[in-house]
Amino acid sequence: MNNFSYIQADKAKEATAAKRDDKSAAFIAGGTTLIDLMKLNVENHDQLIDVNMLPFRGIEMTKNGLRIGALERMSEVGEHPLVVQNFPAVSESLLLAASAQLRNMASIGGNVLQRTRCGYFRDTAFPCNKREPGTGCPALEGDNRNLAILGTSSACIATSYPGDLSVALTALDAVLTLENAKGKQREVPITKFYLLPGTTPQKETVLEADELIVAVTIPQTAAARKSKYLKVRDRSSYAYALASAAVGLEVQGGLIRSARVALGGVGTQPWRCSEAEKMLVGKAPSEAVFRAAAEVALRGAKPREHNAFKVEMAQNTLVRALSEVASL
Amino acid sequence: MDRVDGPAKVTGAARYSAEINVPGTVYGVLKSSTIAKGRITNIDTTAAAKEPGILNIFTHQNLPKPAKTPKQIEKWRAAQSYLPMQDDQIQYAGQPVALVVAATLEAATQAAALIKVTYQADTPIDSYHDPKAELFDPQKIQQGKKDGHVVRGNPQQAFDGAAIRHEATYVHAINHHSPMEPAATLAVWEGADKLTVYEASQNVTMHQGNLAELLGMPREQIRVVTKYIGGGFGCKGSFWPHTILTVLAARAVNRPVKLVLTRPQMFTGVGHREDQEQTLKMGATADGKLVSIVHSKKATTSPWDNYTESNGKIMDMLYACPNYSTVYELARANVMTSVWMRAPGEAPGSFALESSMDDLAHQLNIDPLEIRLRNYADHDHSSGKPWSSKSLKQCYTRGAELFGWNKRNPKPGQTRRGNLLVGHGMASATYPVHSSQGTARVRLFADGHAVVEAGATDLGTGTYTVMTQVSADALGLPPEKIRFELGDTRLPTAPGSGGSVAAGTVASSIMAAAEDVWDKVVKMAVADKKSPLYKVKPTDVKVELGRMFLAKDPKKGETLLAALGRSGQPDIEGSGTGKYGAGYEEKNFGQNGADQNNDNKEKKSGGHSMHSFGAHFCEVEVDPDLGTVRITRWVGVHGVGTVLNLKTATSQMKGGAIYGIGAALMEDTFRDPNFARYTNADLAGYHIPVNADIPEIQVEFVPETDPYINYLGVKGIGELGMVGVAAAVGNAIFNATGRRMRSLPITPDKMLEALRLPA
Ligand SMILES: Cc1cc2nc3c(=O)[nH]c(=O)nc-3n(C[C@H](O)[C@H](O)[C@H](O)COP(=O)(O)OP(=O)(O)OC[C@H]3O[C@@H](n4cnc5c(N)ncnc54)[C@H](O)[C@@H]3O)c2cc1C
Ligand code: SF4
Repeated sequence: MNNFSYIQADKAKEATAAKRDDKSAAFIAGGTTLIDLMKLNVENHDQLIDVNMLPFRGIEMTKNGLRIGALERMSEVGEHPLVVQNFPAVSESLLLAASAQLRNMASIGGNVLQRTRCGYFRDTAFPCNKREPGTGCPALEGDNRNLAILGTSSACIATSYPGDLSVALTALDAVLTLENAKGKQREVPITKFYLLPGTTPQKETVLEADELIVAVTIPQTAAARKSKYLKVRDRSSYAYALASAAVGLEVQGGLIRSARVALGGVGTQPWRCSEAEKMLVGKAPSEAVFRAAAEVALRGAKPREHNAFKVEMAQNTLVRALSEVASL
Repeated sequence: MDRVDGPAKVTGAARYSAEINVPGTVYGVLKSSTIAKGRITNIDTTAAAKEPGILNIFTHQNLPKPAKTPKQIEKWRAAQSYLPMQDDQIQYAGQPVALVVAATLEAATQAAALIKVTYQADTPIDSYHDPKAELFDPQKIQQGKKDGHVVRGNPQQAFDGAAIRHEATYVHAINHHSPMEPAATLAVWEGADKLTVYEASQNVTMHQGNLAELLGMPREQIRVVTKYIGGGFGCKGSFWPHTILTVLAARAVNRPVKLVLTRPQMFTGVGHREDQEQTLKMGATADGKLVSIVHSKKATTSPWDNYTESNGKIMDMLYACPNYSTVYELARANVMTSVWMRAPGEAPGSFALESSMDDLAHQLNIDPLEIRLRNYADHDHSSGKPWSSKSLKQCYTRGAELFGWNKRNPKPGQTRRGNLLVGHGMASATYPVHSSQGTARVRLFADGHAVVEAGATDLGTGTYTVMTQVSADALGLPPEKIRFELGDTRLPTAPGSGGSVAAGTVASSIMAAAEDVWDKVVKMAVADKKSPLYKVKPTDVKVELGRMFLAKDPKKGETLLAALGRSGQPDIEGSGTGKYGAGYEEKNFGQNGADQNNDNKEKKSGGHSMHSFGAHFCEVEVDPDLGTVRITRWVGVHGVGTVLNLKTATSQMKGGAIYGIGAALMEDTFRDPNFARYTNADLAGYHIPVNADIPEIQVEFVPETDPYINYLGVKGIGELGMVGVAAAVGNAIFNATGRRMRSLPITPDKMLEALRLPA
């Protein structure tokens, strides 16, 4: 870790301007991703801009849905009655993540921006295209057990977002509110927020250098109310997903009227499965229907030596999650 | 009795080695090699040296030379014989290449990051399964201390002729000890010839001896102190590079230097359990009696040392089998030397043995418990000696009863609980009593308190507590009147915590020292007109719970304190040597059948074979769609001689089961095959069990008396609880799914793959 200076911003503008003026600065919220990466010398920032004093707070129902301030903590949001009742998948994705201590520190904005757990990325002794573009990707022929099978490129196969929350947000069409140094706000659907690695795995999101995440808004829908997040991992708690599924179903008159499906742990970004959703709509919920959708969801998967199991695991996770929300 | 160190630990008053503060301390930070094999071509410290408060940056070019490579490294069997930063060669990733010493930890950390090391990299060898690796027969393992070949009877022939033959290969991943407290050294020199080292050490005497040789100094000029340890599991029982570098650096900068390994450095700084593969052939009669065990093991070792766990020991003695052999093959790879890790040998060995036994039972359609009874060893077949004590049958019976073993469905894959498959499994446990000895000092004060001292260590498992208890009983004082001191080479020499010898040895030493005090006070009493024992023959006096009395007339007597009080002497001191295991037996029962030509003296000296035994029973739930395995019930019943403190002993056995569950289900350090470097070297990537992984664990001890082990009949318990755990889990998974898992850890990916194949 290198030495750095620290400022605390009271106004959004102060923070974004400071970031605009210093290319090597970083915002810090809970610090649970940032400080780890700085200790590993994966990220070196000469200035940290503390955003915790900014007024990006509140968990409230608006006409566009539930609006969650970017600085709310994972634990607060996960346990909030509005979230538990209307967006169970979001609540579960938060409460199944990390540990109680981390959830108390970690913010929603920081969660959305957490970085890959690829072991090569996190250890500067290795080459890594994401950390140092052009140096190569040792994961292709090495330890790829935790990495992606969907959306990969020959430059990078990392689950660039390894966490849980954004998987649920992706399934439920959440929208991020961003604000730049000019004080201008824009809305970006989370499905358009993350970028595929392609030839530039270092570029992970559409967030501009001077932009802050202000809030996340999740539309209130029947499918969101009947949603679920299922996470499969190497131990019962405190581990990233090997595979996960966020699903929501609206069933009327015995038929699926709308479906929301996203997968975690298997894509280079939270993986929305629109084709699978289309297949579900209009059908009566059954294991066979869910299985067919799961197969479509994993179509095009490119498994490698150590992560081939994820194809079957993700399919089964999806079938299980759908079966549970449909109370099969 | 509750832990005597509990309050100090929860209030933070207990200082672990890294928390000791000495005025003027400066901080060391290690820079580790990024490559696994090659040569350093340049080290540029220009930028690093500009950081504020840098005292020195040591590299192989300027590190003061040690006096010599300690021979003790060999004596202690496990430890890396390769000294750090002696030349430009790189032999493993994570090898120290520089040590920054600075006024603050922050400056040292930043400077270490700023050092630019240029390497000329060669292609490393990753492990024994690397196609470039060459397997060789080491003849002897553990730095030449143990036979790499053991043969009893005619195992191959017996196997070939057996009615039932079973052969299987078992794989064990690399495991890291991962104690909560990282390795730490604080080296304090007073002039050039006096050194105090605060070390996270399981064995202060070992550290002192190695340092003496390393520095060419007499032992008594070196003091090693370890008051509290936050877990060790074996990794703090050896002499590692960080200690060497810290003492050399501290002498050179003439300031106390503190160095604490980072968590990633813990993966390349203090050894590990090596990746290994065992092939086990078992021959049996049609009714399931073993006739032959043929065992072989392949493992990875370092470029210099021939260390590997001796997995064969348990195969040789656990069952009544007339023919047995084991052989080890090693491959040199670019890794540091591996080292003992909780139940070294027994843990992976029992996984192979007890899984194969389960297969055999299934093949013959007999209960897993029954096959073990059919092969029950009434004596130790590896040595031909009788057991000093063995309660394994009682452990089986009681464990089966507590668990409800008779309700188990013998047919695999039959029991469901919702989506989940449920299975029950069991396995045996055993661990040898290693011969050991130590000394202690007891000082009884006339005002009714006592100071008891032994240079042992407390891993956090309860040494402080049980020794306080033993001392209190020996002197007839309440425990709060005892101050028990350990963890300092200034105290009487005692063994370290390792090989499960501490409790048995230190308790014996304290008893010997207490007896010395008794003898002295009895002598005072019989010469004292005011004593009820005046003019009594000292040999007619007995002492119990601090009271001396006439053996023939117990009413006639008085307390030690009463006699001491009248003498006007403020205190009285005694010391003694206590023995544990074969040495104790030899001293008290005479030598019998010792075979001095055998290398393995532990096994062959003395008249009895000494082991603790136990049995594990567990229930698992396997999710057949997701591949996850959860342990839902655990019962462990053990026979360990005298249980000194039920609370701490129970905790140890639970800890053993948890440690074993970790190895069984999740612990796996991945070394990249091309870089020979770990890719998950932290506690987010290297999974150890969390609370949610562990069910209620029920532990019981069967009553057992063993006169041959030591004064109090105490057998060690530190390792036993882990032996057989992985097999019990695997056996329960087999019962749940009909799939035999032979590769540890049994992670969801492996489980799913097995479930995809037909049972
Ligand atoms: C051991 C461990 C286990 C974990 N397990 C899980 C898990 O199972 N599931 C899971 O989902 N997560 C897991 N996490 C990740 C954890 O959820 C994230 O670290 C956390 O959510 C990040 O939030 P933070 O506030 O601490 O972010 P910080 O570390 O403060 O920031 C992270 C990044 O976001 C930027 N940033 C923060 N806030 C804003 C903002 N408002 N606008 C713009 N940029 C911002 C920072 O500059 C930084 O680049 C784990 C983390 C650890 C350390
Ligand atoms: S997968 Fe991506 S993050 Fe991992 S090593 Fe390759 S390029 Fe780096």
